[in-house]
Amino acid sequence: MRIGIDVGGTNTDAVLMDGLNIVTSSKTPTTADVTGGILSAVRQVQAQSGVQPDEIDAIMLGTTHFTNAIVEGKRLTPTAVIRLGAPATVALPPLVDWPQRLRDTLGKHTFIARGGYEFDGRQIAALDEKEIRDCARQIADSGVTAVAISCVFSPVNVEMEETAAAIVREEIPTARVTASHNIGRLGLLPRENAAVLNACVSELAQQTIESFIKALGEFQLKAPLFLTQNDGTLMNAEFAVAYPVLTLSSGPTNSMRGAAFLSGTKDAVVADIGGTTTDVGVLVNGFPREASDTVRVGDVRTNFRMPDTYSFGLGGGSLVQSDPVMVGPKSVGYELTKQGLVFGGDRLTATDIAVAAGLADIGDRKHVAALDGQLVTNVTVHMETMVADAIDRMKTNPDPVPVIMVGGGSVLVGDELEGTSEVVRPDHFSVANAIGAAIAKVGGEVDVTFKIDEVPRDEALEQAKTEAIAKTIKAGASEDAVEIVDVDEIPLTYLPGNALRVRVKAVGDLQSTA
Amino acid sequence: MRYLQVEDMRDLAYGAAILGTGGGGDPYIGMLLAEQVIREYGPVKLVGLDEIDDDAFSASVAYVGAPVVMIEKLMGFADMVKAFQSLERYMGRKFTAVISAEIGGANSIVPVSVAAALNLPLIDADGMGRAYPEIPLVTWTLHGISATPMAMADEKGNSLILETIDNHWTERFSRSIATDMGAEASAALYPASGSELKRSSVPNSVTRVIEIGKAISDARDAHHNVIETVLKATDGIHLFTGKIVDVLRRIEGGYSRGECTIEGLGDYRGQKMVLHFQNENLIAFVDDDPVAVVPDLITLLDSDTGDAVTTEHLRYGYRVDAIGIPCDPQWRTPEGLALGGPAHFGYEVEYVPIEQRA
Repeated sequence: MRIGIDVGGTNTDAVLMDGLNIVTSSKTPTTADVTGGILSAVRQVQAQSGVQPDEIDAIMLGTTHFTNAIVEGKRLTPTAVIRLGAPATVALPPLVDWPQRLRDTLGKHTFIARGGYEFDGRQIAALDEKEIRDCARQIADSGVTAVAISCVFSPVNVEMEETAAAIVREEIPTARVTASHNIGRLGLLPRENAAVLNACVSELAQQTIESFIKALGEFQLKAPLFLTQNDGTLMNAEFAVAYPVLTLSSGPTNSMRGAAFLSGTKDAVVADIGGTTTDVGVLVNGFPREASDTVRVGDVRTNFRMPDTYSFGLGGGSLVQSDPVMVGPKSVGYELTKQGLVFGGDRLTATDIAVAAGLADIGDRKHVAALDGQLVTNVTVHMETMVADAIDRMKTNPDPVPVIMVGGGSVLVGDELEGTSEVVRPDHFSVANAIGAAIAKVGGEVDVTFKIDEVPRDEALEQAKTEAIAKTIKAGASEDAVEIVDVDEIPLTYLPGNALRVRVKAVGDLQSTA
Repeated sequence: MRYLQVEDMRDLAYGAAILGTGGGGDPYIGMLLAEQVIREYGPVKLVGLDEIDDDAFSASVAYVGAPVVMIEKLMGFADMVKAFQSLERYMGRKFTAVISAEIGGANSIVPVSVAAALNLPLIDADGMGRAYPEIPLVTWTLHGISATPMAMADEKGNSLILETIDNHWTERFSRSIATDMGAEASAALYPASGSELKRSSVPNSVTRVIEIGKAISDARDAHHNVIETVLKATDGIHLFTGKIVDVLRRIEGGYSRGECTIEGLGDYRGQKMVLHFQNENLIAFVDDDPVAVVPDLITLLDSDTGDAVTTEHLRYGYRVDAIGIPCDPQWRTPEGLALGGPAHFGYEVEYVPIEQRA
């Protein structure tokens, strides 16, 4: 059996699955230490099912924790960026296409140092170790420890990024360094952006994932912990600490896969309203519609393979302002059960409005009895408009579409939404994310360099694909449901024999008996 | 006459991506640069061919190289301004206007940045009505206008001047120089007078791409089908719908060359499109029959968003619609076809105007 857990900004959900059957589920508030929430969610699931720790084969955890940090611009670490490329690329410096608010959060620690490669592996300029050391010292002096390093054509040659990373670690022993070649593909700006996103959530990631592990340790679960990635596959905890950016879109992926699984609907818009954010995506033939070349995370352009979703700051914990009416993006998050009016707190949240409007029955209704009726109506209409606008934005034609509403915050809006043909609320809708995590796909990746003079390209590609599929099946995928999702080729013309680097990724559904 | 503002750059980029026929460089990067430059120096005056004096003196600016390099090395804007100014110095005369050599991709946006930085007007016309991978392939060549004197510059500080006996030699030399410069070089070329441009250019093309881009933005806001909007705005013809299953790409002779194989979906299930490109898309075969042939334009659009997909962004798994757009009539003359038709690129295929194939 497997436990799927979703740690959101507000609630922690858990679901116990036996194959594709949902045995039981639970929902508890996320706690400040994260651990407490996971413990109580898992404890509830255990109490409800009587499952023993040794019956659990795997724990699959999805989290929007890091995405929320970026969307809200909170808990991000000031981050320095060193790009190796001067004298090329100087007209468009690092962070050039970032929103101002995030640029302010990260601080002005960007450098373009001499270095970088041409397409054929020649150097644009030699790396100047002293220059990198000077950058690192300036970074150290400003107290910044998160550092992203990018380099022109680093997918062709990783050496300069690695040398620069080593120098930065020498100068700043506590630095968390992200080198762009480890996470991105060709395209300097989106690859560099991804590296910066990774660096600015790296401290939070380490704290959070360590507390996940601690929580499960206390529970005496021996099963391995996996985190779900953007493409719906799993990674181990150690890898997730190094590359939290790979989880940034896992929330929408999990909720869409969960929504498709729960509703059995193949073509629909999915709106997942959590405690802090809402994600809207589109199911086409049962699969999340993928974004094209570039995707935006918190308005930052990256080039990951991700579902095409639109996220904005509306959730059960969103703070409400009355004049003018504004909901989110600031959220009380997991403190909803302390700070929300219905829980006896003193901050007006979206949940309080939903309770006052009679849409939800949460906490104690009498605490919102005194709210102005007009305000409640105005805010309710405002929230429905926010959701309807987002749905509208994701549609490719103006016809009304069915909408699957999932997530605990989906009680904020009623069933009459403009532009929709029907609103579907499947069973277990509030834990769709945790279910998506529990049914995560398994992936197999190969990264191999061929000499095309010795192995023809077609054969090389075929070989790499076959290997990726075999790896996926070995990792537990059912043989009839494996597909190739990504093929990436980079000619390495500086190596002899017409070298070609081929990266292939295959994914498949877990065998239902697993 | 009108002014090009920061807000126009997005529409210009969308439209340029469509007429870029897969090439001309990543329009997003061009847009970022132009927005930044206009913010710093102010809007750019756009003047029609009929508004310029016969003795106006202009040059084009363009990146020469492989578009796939631009997404890594971005654009060396200082080198571009340097190339333009070193051509002025060599000719002993100041230019009074800037004109785009091609109206597709980043190369149609770069002249806006140069015009802004140097406070010169941009002429509402170009030398192709599309994007092409080689320097001689402009309508100006058909009228005997020389690409040289031409200046080239790189980010390292190298710059040089070419003077050649004809535009084909210019291509040959500039390609090997561009390759040495890292398959991306800044160039200022085709110095020409107002009267020369008036008889040889494709008119109103800047306005045309902005209108196409605006139609796309409006359609997107209104949730109209973007692909249909593009077809309407360009008099285009729908060719194919499918999923990219293979991209063969290499940097060769200073160009990005390759083939993209698209497996049919929907009405096209069971069919296969193979698209050949050399920076720009050149010819599209469906099950070995040519369905669109250069100089007509072939553009791939993302099936979900309607965004044009340039050749450097082609990737396994994309769902795309292929469309064809009729080229400027100058390319359909015997001289035009000899210069920029299928035979020039080594294809033994008869050119039939795309609207007659459909």
